[in-house]
Amino acid sequence: MNNSIYLIAVIAVISIVTWALRAFPFLLFGSRPLPKTIQYLGKVLPPAIMTILVIYCLRDTNIGQFPYGVPELVACTLIVILQTLRKNMYLSIIAGTACYMILIRVV
Amino acid sequence: MKEFRFAVKNTIPIFFTYLFIGSAFGILVTDAGYSVLLATASSFFIFAGSMQLVMVPMMTSGASLLSLAFMAFFINARHIFYGIGFIEKFRRMGWRYPYMILTLTDETYSILCSVQYEADLDEDRAAFLIAMLDHFYWVFGSFIGACAGRFLQFDMRGIEFSATAFFLVVVVNQWQQYRSKLPFFTATVCALGFYLLLGKEYFLIPTMITCLAALILLRRPIETRESIRNE
Repeated sequence: MNNSIYLIAVIAVISIVTWALRAFPFLLFGSRPLPKTIQYLGKVLPPAIMTILVIYCLRDTNIGQFPYGVPELVACTLIVILQTLRKNMYLSIIAGTACYMILIRVV
Repeated sequence: MKEFRFAVKNTIPIFFTYLFIGSAFGILVTDAGYSVLLATASSFFIFAGSMQLVMVPMMTSGASLLSLAFMAFFINARHIFYGIGFIEKFRRMGWRYPYMILTLTDETYSILCSVQYEADLDEDRAAFLIAMLDHFYWVFGSFIGACAGRFLQFDMRGIEFSATAFFLVVVVNQWQQYRSKLPFFTATVCALGFYLLLGKEYFLIPTMITCLAALILLRRPIETRESIRNE
């Protein structure tokens, strides 16, 4: 198979699958009034999804092996404390990320 | 213009994440011997970070289109759940509706569900600009990485943590906004349970499905606490 046709096909296939997944709830409910259950889910899913995403992002942390997930734990604790006390998103993210980047180098 | 400034302000954390992960993708693509155009085009059309990073080695080994489609399905299946909270909002957005749907990534989703619009803003316009800026950062990052990867040899290991940091900040804000903590606990229990049961590669989708089912079952206690019942 011609190489550039293969590459175009790869991008097309992945785009279509990704788009279809993103469009799925809209195709399902898009043109009619939303059922009550879906309205309810629209309100309560965001905190649940974000919680799951945080855990998903931390999935590669290996707590059974050195450094036992310490950089992740310290950085996350710092973020939670800063965000609770100072409520400044930029400060929390920059401090947390810097803390993590330093810890994975020195620990 | 007000909306544009607002969108820039609210996408700054993602700017860094996308610039660095995007350029990492660009470097990966050109290192594998593909063109700058391929890196830029896939970021423009696909706009899904982890899938794009997986795509490169799969292409090098000549993986079949079917296996790439399956991979895209499994990696991005979580996106099915993102639209549920935005159906009514996006529907009102007219010609921007399809664009908002197709660019709903983890990061754009988390901005849109946590952003506090100022009173004098055109909300739809601001939301559209947020989605567009994120998309632009991603494409731009990939382009830069693909063009100048050789010259960008800083040790940026760990910068990807900025996305985790952003998601965690959103959770902290939501924790203060939501009176019922059940959604957070349900999500944590499901995620940790399936993580221990199935391992880190496969726990995400079962977690989302179970959590969704559990939240439907917990509707009464949660709605009572939130007093969001319409009756």
